[in-house]
Amino acid sequence: MSALHDTFIVFRSELALALRNKVALAIGLIQPFVYLLLFGPLLTQALPAAQNPWLFFVPGLLLQLGLFGTGFAGFNLIPDIRSGFVERLRVAPVSRLAILLGRLLKDSLILGLQAIPLIVVGYLLGMAANPLGVLASLILILITGVGLASLSYVLALGLPNEYLFAPAVNSLAIPLMLLSGILLPVDRGPVWLDWLAHLNPLRYILDATRALFTGALDTTAAIGIAVAVALAIVSVAIGSSLFRRRTA
Amino acid sequence: MGSAITTSGLGKTFITRTGPVEAVRDLTFEVGKNEVIGLLGPNGAGKTTTMRMLSTLEQPTAGTATIAGHDLRHDPRGVRQSIGLVAQSGGSRPTATVRDELLLQARLHRLSDPMAQAETMMKAFELTELAARPTMTLSGGQRRRLDLAIGLIHAPQVIFLDEPTAALDPPSRNELWGHIRALRARADVTVVLSTHHLDEADALCDRVLILDHGKLIAEDSPARLKQRLGNDVITIDAGLRDDQVATRTLASIADLPHVRDVRRTGNELRIGCENAEGLLTRVVLTLHDAGIDMHGLQVAHPSLDDVFLALTGHTTAQER
Ligand SMILES: Nc1ncnc2c1ncn2[C@@H]1O[C@H](COP(=O)(O)OP(=O)(O)OP(=O)(O)O)[C@@H](O)[C@H]1O
Ligand SMILES: [Mg+2]
Repeated sequence: MSALHDTFIVFRSELALALRNKVALAIGLIQPFVYLLLFGPLLTQALPAAQNPWLFFVPGLLLQLGLFGTGFAGFNLIPDIRSGFVERLRVAPVSRLAILLGRLLKDSLILGLQAIPLIVVGYLLGMAANPLGVLASLILILITGVGLASLSYVLALGLPNEYLFAPAVNSLAIPLMLLSGILLPVDRGPVWLDWLAHLNPLRYILDATRALFTGALDTTAAIGIAVAVALAIVSVAIGSSLFRRRTA
Repeated sequence: MGSAITTSGLGKTFITRTGPVEAVRDLTFEVGKNEVIGLLGPNGAGKTTTMRMLSTLEQPTAGTATIAGHDLRHDPRGVRQSIGLVAQSGGSRPTATVRDELLLQARLHRLSDPMAQAETMMKAFELTELAARPTMTLSGGQRRRLDLAIGLIHAPQVIFLDEPTAALDPPSRNELWGHIRALRARADVTVVLSTHHLDEADALCDRVLILDHGKLIAEDSPARLKQRLGNDVITIDAGLRDDQVATRTLASIADLPHVRDVRRTGNELRIGCENAEGLLTRVVLTLHDAGIDMHGLQVAHPSLDDVFLALTGHTTAQER
């Protein structure tokens, strides 16, 4: 119970700071539209006419938002490590897990704030998606965001120095993006690439999102949900053990 | 009267790429409730490491410690509930405001009325006008006041202050000393502070632990430490034209209480004494009565360097 309360206290304080940073918030909100407007027209031409391109593209953008938004969450931890803030929390009688969870919930909520306008604009552009499926996808993306943000914190805490953080995230996020089929379908490439892509948890989550958008609650959707939940649990476990180990 | 802190054989060895670093070795001491203790030592002596161990940030590699009745190893949460730490480098988020940080701390410690507590602390530490300022825009002295307010908001029984006045100008330092003295007046509070300056330890501490290369090399009250190594020195640049008058005046100064020796080199008088400030008026009056002009006056106290030199045979500047 007390850990839950701790989590809420950290979440509330972090969220207040994030919402006050208007510039970062504005960039975060505009970014998805830029993708949508730049890539959308190309995509409508590239895909077979029978397929609604937005049903393919908007789920991809959602995941990309999750990947790059929360993937860099650890960046915000770096000044807090450097300023001694993280150690100050460690000296307080606060659950170690709460220090991590409070931040993760904030990151996930901000991701949600970015995702909703993206979905709305998708509808305006002619995306014929099942509303319940979209809602389920949104929850799925938020769970994924928790997992990815936690991994990002693991990098921020675990790397030997802070200069490695940006290159490390980039070199992980870009292959993960390409191998998930966010922009281009991976199953049209060579077999080895397809095989590699099957090791990428994001691929299952993306397939599930696309299925849910069409209103299908099938095995693809179920597998994707299971993968997202597993990813979140494993990442939070690694993250909180790192937070704890650094402290006693 | 129970003790607030006891340590026994406390030690920390860091494993680094270039080999082990023994930051703290075999540290055994006791701090009574309501005592103000100074950890004194040069850069790298192990002051910060000691405080980090006692505040649960660093696992000791040897020994045991109890803080406010809680065992460091077995009850770290109990320790955290009873302590406040003001770290050498502070601990505020750069973009958070003064009020944000105090509120968060009050909430984390489950204080009953966080808003009111934050306001009270801001008033006490003259931060009210800075309440909405991001902490990264504060000056060094303002930031130190905030650090202190954050570390004290939950009224901890044991307070660790790691170089609270480093890099502060004399007025800010005096102000901070005032806050620390106020803690001393509270019956239920124990303070451990680290410093490089003997005068600071002298002004604030009941007892001083001197660390060198991770080892405790002396433990005493500031007054006795200074006594052990002697003297304040008053240096006066005087118009000593008449040798006879000069000799007579020197003799009467030497007869004043607390004076140890008086020497003259040309126009310069060097008076070795205890408690220079207490003596100053009488020295000046004696010179005045003898009709001797003064052109300059300087008071020097034994420094940490002098204490070190006396205790270890090397100065603080000679680091490992
Ligand atoms: N994390 C660490 N890894 C390796 N060595 C360390 C670590 N932390 C401290 N040390 C070493 O331990 C020794 C004691 O350091 P400590 O910071 O406790 O000294 P200090 O007395 O606080 O010095 P200062 O007055 O400069 O703050 C130093 O030699 C330091 O280099
Ligand atoms: Mg230090």
